[in-house]
Amino acid sequence: MNRLTRRIFLIFALLTASLAQAQLSIEITGAGANRIPVAIPDMAGDSAAARAISATVRSDLDRSGLFKVIDPVGVTMDENTAVNYGDWKGRGADALAAGSVSRAADGRMEARFRLYDTVKGVSLGGAAYVTNTEQLRAAGHRIADYIYEKLTGEKGIFSTRIAYVVKARGQFLLQIADADGQSAATALSSSEPIISPAWSPDGSKLAYVSFEKKKPMIYVHSLASGQRVIVANFKGSNSAPAWSPDGRKLAVVLSKDGNSQIYTINADGSGLQRITNSSGIDTEPRFSPDGSSLYFTSDRGGSPQIYQVGVNGGDARRVTFEGSYNVSPRPSPDGKTLAFISRREGRFQLTTLDLASRQVQVLTDSHKDESPSFAPNSRMILIATEIGGRGVLSAVSSDGRIKQRLSVAAGDVREPAWAPYLN
Amino acid sequence: MKKLLIPALLSALIVGCSTTPVPEDGGAPVESRDGNKNGAITPVDVTRLDASGLPRELTDPKSKLAQRSIYFDLDKYDVKDEYKDLVAAHAKYLVANKGFKVLIQGNTDERGSREYNLSLGQKRAEAVKRSLSLLGVKEDQIESVSLGEEKPKNSEHDEAAWAENRRADILYKAPDGRGEF
Repeated sequence: MNRLTRRIFLIFALLTASLAQAQLSIEITGAGANRIPVAIPDMAGDSAAARAISATVRSDLDRSGLFKVIDPVGVTMDENTAVNYGDWKGRGADALAAGSVSRAADGRMEARFRLYDTVKGVSLGGAAYVTNTEQLRAAGHRIADYIYEKLTGEKGIFSTRIAYVVKARGQFLLQIADADGQSAATALSSSEPIISPAWSPDGSKLAYVSFEKKKPMIYVHSLASGQRVIVANFKGSNSAPAWSPDGRKLAVVLSKDGNSQIYTINADGSGLQRITNSSGIDTEPRFSPDGSSLYFTSDRGGSPQIYQVGVNGGDARRVTFEGSYNVSPRPSPDGKTLAFISRREGRFQLTTLDLASRQVQVLTDSHKDESPSFAPNSRMILIATEIGGRGVLSAVSSDGRIKQRLSVAAGDVREPAWAPYLN
Repeated sequence: MKKLLIPALLSALIVGCSTTPVPEDGGAPVESRDGNKNGAITPVDVTRLDASGLPRELTDPKSKLAQRSIYFDLDKYDVKDEYKDLVAAHAKYLVANKGFKVLIQGNTDERGSREYNLSLGQKRAEAVKRSLSLLGVKEDQIESVSLGEEKPKNSEHDEAAWAENRRADILYKAPDGRGEF
């Protein structure tokens, strides 16, 4: 890339950055012209369960930033009620979901619903989900996913989970919660730091770095059994685990020969293979979605920048050029975008690179963004950031328009990792 | 080498005292007479040891070797000239006391990527390790690891705190496995 095109890209990046900020302020004033208005009346049947599910559906769709939820307070409607399309259009709704909750013979709860296009006056389909009474919110998430997919054409992420680390009262907790931050459960408690959690592609395990033995080592933790295996405990530091798309290998960073360098290792700790060979720092490897290459951070050119190398090593190609600090590369699951953290005038900000057009966009105006993680549908990016001196998580849409915030009452939240879809 | 034996002897003595049963006939244990058959005396000098049996040279706050921290400039990992004497003092001790090992922990300030900082801390620890090696310390006496930005000594968020956190610490491990001190 010559200097002129680089400069054009820089100008473009700055322009899109200010655009993104302007779009955010529109979001805050609530204009939301592009939001799909969807009415969610209360579901019929068991009233406590119906209220819980309806509330989850409304909150999911609202939080996504893509819908304007219309709650016709006091109206209850089941999936068999005849729909007066004109009436719902009159209330401003382009879509309507109605349903009911009942107790099945085995004691579990069954939620049924139907989705309507009130403009065309047609049903868009429906479904039934059976859950335990403790998991009513899960039924709500699945209904919201159904509505999201039918109305946007993309798969929803309301039923997915996230992992993150909470630091509170000197303790480090590796927690897993629903994508909306609810139903948090602790997978690991430690008095030493835990960083870099990474989900296995099947969502059953987390690889992470724990300092519990006074130095960083890489563990693979099976969530259902709580079984933990140390996969990298070499001399020096062991860090930055990343799963290969087939779940058989991990890319890791080891300093056993001096500097931090990238290796691959089988998930059981066998078959170590060195990938990079530089005299500087090579770290933060991530597999491309097709598994053929690794993105990583290196200071081989004098400042930390993002590079790409084949999974078996060889020559690396530089990917980022603007600025003196570009780190934490994360390719989107659809392979179209690279998210990373860029330092601009001393501020660390979530940035994306469109891999086809090479267009760079700064998505936030914060000062301490870290550890981006894509949602499995590539539409949202979860980051750790700092607000008022506290560590919080922020979910930002990949166009920078929609922002959500997740925080805990008395502690710092950091190191987010969005789980894959469970099949 | 003599110095190294002292902690081992001391702990052997302590173990002996606490576990040797007093014979019921009141006579002195046979072993002690055997042990001193030739009237040999092994001198024990505890003036060089602190209350926990570790060398005062390493633990006395007034000793040069009690200074364990080397500070670095922003984004840098070269050992500055002002720390050359300190590193040399530790090298001298480690060359003379090959049973002692050190763990060097590299640290960074809180700004930037956690994983990149882990690697930066590793570079700092590695720089101290290399300085010690060049002064004759054996490779198997030194392990360099990084704590990155995860264990800040100063948890404030200003220049002074950041300067304090850009640091490598030298932790000793005694021949009897006791550490890190």
